[in-house]
Amino acid sequence: MSEEINLKEMPADEILELMQEDLYDGYAEEIVEEVQELLSRDMGPYDILIQGLVAGMEVVGDDFRDGVLFVPEVLMAAKAMKAGMEILRPLLAETGAPKMGTVVIGTVKGDIHDIGKNLVAMMLEGAGFEVINLGINTSAEDFIAAIEEHNADILGMSALLTTTMIYMRTVIKALKEKGLRDKIVVLVGGAPLNEAFAEDIEADAYCRDAAVAVETAKKFMELKNG
Amino acid sequence: MNPLVELIKSGQPILLDGAMGTMLFDAGLEQGDPPDEWNVRYPERIKAIHQAYVDAGSQLILTNSFGGTSFRLEMHNLQDRVHEFNKAAAENARAVADAAPHTVVVAGDIGPTGQLFEPMGLLTFEDAKAAFADQARGLADGGADVFWIETMSDLNEVKAAIAGIREVSDLPIIATMSFDTHGHTMMGVSPAKFIEALGEQDVLAVGANCGTGSDELIKAVEAMRKANPDIVLVAKGNAGIPHVVKGGDIVYDGSPEVMADYALNVHEIGASLIGGCCGSTPKHIKAMAEALGK
Repeated sequence: MSEEINLKEMPADEILELMQEDLYDGYAEEIVEEVQELLSRDMGPYDILIQGLVAGMEVVGDDFRDGVLFVPEVLMAAKAMKAGMEILRPLLAETGAPKMGTVVIGTVKGDIHDIGKNLVAMMLEGAGFEVINLGINTSAEDFIAAIEEHNADILGMSALLTTTMIYMRTVIKALKEKGLRDKIVVLVGGAPLNEAFAEDIEADAYCRDAAVAVETAKKFMELKNG
Repeated sequence: MNPLVELIKSGQPILLDGAMGTMLFDAGLEQGDPPDEWNVRYPERIKAIHQAYVDAGSQLILTNSFGGTSFRLEMHNLQDRVHEFNKAAAENARAVADAAPHTVVVAGDIGPTGQLFEPMGLLTFEDAKAAFADQARGLADGGADVFWIETMSDLNEVKAAIAGIREVSDLPIIATMSFDTHGHTMMGVSPAKFIEALGEQDVLAVGANCGTGSDELIKAVEAMRKANPDIVLVAKGNAGIPHVVKGGDIVYDGSPEVMADYALNVHEIGASLIGGCCGSTPKHIKAMAEALGK
C-alpha cells in the first residue's frame, strides 16, 4: 500500500528509473503499476515503451551479454516486460506508433528447445519489434507461410541439437526457391551453432545470444531503412 | 561389485565413447527424425555404432536414449513408447558390452526434457521426476549398469532426474552439465556451484560434457577439481566446432590428434572418466585410447 502512495508522489522520471530496476529484478506486478501510473499522467504509450521498458531491457541485455545475468533472470525480466507490454500494445496500435520491424521466429523441425528462442523473441519485443513466434518443430513451409503473411523483415531460426541445426539450411534453400531470400534477413542461433556454420548455410548472421540477436536485428533494420 | 565402481577403483583413466548423433547421421538418420526410435527400428545399426566404439577402446558406452523422456518423444507423437525405446536402447548396448573382450560398462543415457521449470516455465519438479523415472525404468529393464545424466543446464532438472532414477533403481548415477555460457551453464550454474549442489546427492561421478570448444570444458573440469579434490570427474567434450561441408553434411573441425591432446589435458587436471561428445567418432576415441596408454 505504501508503495502505491510513493508511486503517486514520484516524478515521472523517477518512475521510469524505478521501472528499469523492477525489470531487472523481474517484478511484473510493479511494472504493471508503474505503466498504469505513467499512463494516468498522460504520458504517451510509445514514450513509456522506449524510456521505460526498452531502456530497462537494454540494461538486462547488456548484463546478459557480459555474463552477469543468465537465462533465469532474463526470462523473469522478460516476463515483467511482457506484463507491461500487454497494457501498452493495444494503445500503441491505436496511436500508430512506429515499429522497429517484423520478425518471424521459430525452433526448426525436429527440435523442441525453445528456451533461448523465446528469450530472443521477448527481447526483440522489448526492443520494439513485432514478433511472430511460431514455437517449436517448425517446418520450412510454416516459416515461409508466416513470412509471406506478415511481410516479415527478419527470420530468426533456432536449434539446440546437432541433429536438427542442419534443417536451417533446408529452410534457407526453400526461401531461395520461393524467391524470398533477398527480401529477408536470416538470423540463426542455438548452442551448437557458430559463425562459420551460419556462413556455410548462407544465413546473414549468427547470434551468440539474445542480446546479440537484438543488436544484430537493429543493425540490419538500420541498413534496410537507410 | 558394479563394473564402473570396479574400474574407478583401479585408479586408471576410463575411456568413454564419442558422439551418438554424429554416428547416427552417418548411418542414415534423416534430419528431424527421432533417434530413439532407431533402437527398435534398426537395432543392428545402433549395435554397430556401439561396436565401433568398443573396438576403438571404449570401456563405457552410452545408450542411444538422450531424447528418451516422454517430453521429447511427444514431438514425434511417440510419448507412449518411452519404456520400449529405453529398454531396447539398453539391450542394444548390453549385447555389445557382453560380447566385448574387455570390461564395457553400459550407461543409460538421460538428456534434458527441453522444458523450463517453474516459475520461468511450466515444468514442475514432480512431473519431471515422473518422466525421468519412466525413462530410467526402461533403461534398467534393458540391463544398464549405471545411469548417465548429461547436457543439463538447470540444477533442478539434475535433481529431478536423480530423484526419478531413485524411484526405480539403486544403480550408480553419473551427472554432467554443459558449461557453454561464460563458464556457466545456460541457466547460470557454475562448475563450483554444481559440485556444491550435488554434495548431498547420491552420485558416483560428476563432470562436464558438450558445450563449446575443449578450452571451456577444460576450465570447467579444473574448477570442479578445485571445488572438490576427491570427487570422481567426467570430461566429455566436443570434437571442435561444427562446419557444413559440400553435400550438407556436418563435420567437426577437431581432429583425432586434437582430441588425443585434450584427453591427456583433462586427465592431467584430474578427470578420470574421459570421452568425446558431438563430432567425435571411433577414430577420435582410438587416438584418445593411444594417448592415454590404453
